[in-house]
Amino acid sequence: MTRMFAIIEREMRKFFRSPTLMIMSLMLPILQLVIIGNAFGGKIVGTHVAVVDYDHGPQSVKVREAFAAVAANIKTFSTIDYNSEVQAREDVRTGKIDAAVIIPAQYSRRVYAQDAPQLGFVVDNSDLFTSASLEGEMQSLVDAMNAPQVEDRLTKTIALEVVELYPYVNYLKYLLPMTVALAMYISVMIGGGMLYIDDKARGVHEGYLVTPITKLELVFGLNIAGAIKATLAGISIGVIGSLMSGLGIVFHPMVVLQMLCLIVASSIAFNGMMFLLMVRVDDPLVPRAMFGVLNTLLLYPSGAMYPTSSFPKWMQAMTIVDPFTYVIHGFKSVLLKDGGWVAIWYDLLFLTAFGLATLFLATPLFKRTL
Amino acid sequence: MSTNANGGPPGSTPMNSDCGPKPIAIEVQHIVKKYGDFEAVKDVNFCVAEGEIFGLLGPNGAGKSTLIRMMTTLIPVTAGKAIVAGHDVAKDPDDVRRTIGVIPQAMTSDQDLTLYENLLIYAKLYGVPRGQREKNIAEVLEAVDLTKWRDAQTKTLSGGMRRRLEIARGLVHNPRIFFLDEPTTGLDPVSRMAVWDMLNKLKVSRQLTMLITTHYMEEADKLCDRIAIVDHGKLVALGTPVELKNSVAGANVVEVHFDREDDEWLGRLEKLEDVTNVQPEGSGFYRVITRSGSRTTMQIVELAASLGETLTSLSVQNTTLDDVFIHYTGRQLRDEQVKPVFTMPPRPGAQP
Repeated sequence: MTRMFAIIEREMRKFFRSPTLMIMSLMLPILQLVIIGNAFGGKIVGTHVAVVDYDHGPQSVKVREAFAAVAANIKTFSTIDYNSEVQAREDVRTGKIDAAVIIPAQYSRRVYAQDAPQLGFVVDNSDLFTSASLEGEMQSLVDAMNAPQVEDRLTKTIALEVVELYPYVNYLKYLLPMTVALAMYISVMIGGGMLYIDDKARGVHEGYLVTPITKLELVFGLNIAGAIKATLAGISIGVIGSLMSGLGIVFHPMVVLQMLCLIVASSIAFNGMMFLLMVRVDDPLVPRAMFGVLNTLLLYPSGAMYPTSSFPKWMQAMTIVDPFTYVIHGFKSVLLKDGGWVAIWYDLLFLTAFGLATLFLATPLFKRTL
Repeated sequence: MSTNANGGPPGSTPMNSDCGPKPIAIEVQHIVKKYGDFEAVKDVNFCVAEGEIFGLLGPNGAGKSTLIRMMTTLIPVTAGKAIVAGHDVAKDPDDVRRTIGVIPQAMTSDQDLTLYENLLIYAKLYGVPRGQREKNIAEVLEAVDLTKWRDAQTKTLSGGMRRRLEIARGLVHNPRIFFLDEPTTGLDPVSRMAVWDMLNKLKVSRQLTMLITTHYMEEADKLCDRIAIVDHGKLVALGTPVELKNSVAGANVVEVHFDREDDEWLGRLEKLEDVTNVQPEGSGFYRVITRSGSRTTMQIVELAASLGETLTSLSVQNTTLDDVFIHYTGRQLRDEQVKPVFTMPPRPGAQP
């Protein structure tokens, strides 16, 4: 055991002696949280919509008043008057404006006559996010204008009453589970992958192998040290990220305990997986080359950024064996939903079993000789 | 006495594999290492007596490091046997590891850790009892003259000091046998000599048996009690430095530089009495291998005077290990025929 602790001690002393490495391994997840969280999380504002009014009647004035209300309040778009539909369409195509509303001639008359009145809406559908947002806004305006002046005493349409279980979850908060998972993954990738192979190439392992250390002591020493480093990264980012995204729940003792259990289980799983992948690698370029591939292969199908239910079947199959899936699910359950042990027990079980299984597979592959 | 590697009668090649009456520290018997079809070490035999410094000399790729790696349990033996401190490396590797100290070719101490921390980690890895660790660390730091750098980070040390730290690391558990794989490679001449002095002192103060691989002839000559020359995985010569030098035909080398180059000098020199070989070096410079340096010198002076030629310089040397090395291996340099392996570049700002 003394020898195993000597390996852990060496790894931890190196870890704390290289703050640059430690900081850099935490920088990427924090940057992703800040940049992606703010870039993708906000609502569309300040777009420009052309209005081509061929009607000039009272109902077209009503439409324009509704547009003015949007521009003054939620500011999704502001309007610009155009005289020509052709010019408006061309400007949407060339990106000078984001959309165009065409109010055809006789629009007011058709409204009064209830003769299928129509408004034209030209959108740039190469930008799905903006066009969907403008379409949604425009649809709600049209729905409001379709509402009868005098409401029936009994509501005849079916209404959906939405009950939100949790307080508003902005994208920054939504991304926090991914950020914590990514911090641990990077820590394992650097500490368990790159530095492990670098040490091998520099001959550090040769130094270990001429001592009477056993194979198991060496394997467990390296893996426990890797798991401790990943746990420290997870705790650091968990606290920093929660404060940045305004999640006060992280200060509840039970949530802290659940987070800690998840972080430890995730660290064991990531470290076991990395050790299995690296156990027979000698070339220091390999973990560097694998970094991006593994990131794409494991993180994106996990549901960290997009729900897994939207994936094709083959990708959904990948998520079943992807440890990231369970890490993300567990963190979401704890951080965003306060789901308790019931929500995370399976994640904890899978991650621990996955970590131990990969370690079990890797140990016989580990060579006690050069 | 010179015998062949298998203990046979003396021949032209000295093969003193007999350790004499001294107890044996290392015994290598018909050892073979194969990588697929490639035989890196071919049926090598030798023994090292206790308290001896034994040198393995050979060109790059000769099999020196493979031999030392088999003896230090780093790679498995394909055939044959290596007994270190009475333990078979294949059967009792942990017992072997407890009795040996190993200094690998690369400097592998952690640059981010202090000297004390590096030694402490290895003291623990070697299972030095807690109460003895501090004493051992203080002793080895003193032995390699690094006590005042105890708490300095390893990356602040010079190359020579780092090599001394590596040596201290290998001694922290008081081993009986010390393996050093090219211990002075990459060091400047002053640091190299400091390491030689230190190793000589350690041999005496700690009664260490040492096995050193090197391709520096001077190092082998100065340090080693006996030398084995390895080439193409085979032991081609074994003996004390003096025995090896005497084994090369011609005991002296006369270096002569004639003022004027003439094609006939080679023939004239070869005809001189006692001369066994003449190596033209160009521009009137010749290396003359002879059984009698003094007689050949006089003959060259007389020859030059009789022909009215002028000598620019003339010197007599004893045969060096360089001559022995070239005699047995046939060349001075050889590219290593090993698979290409990625080597980590040094970290930015790191000491060479």
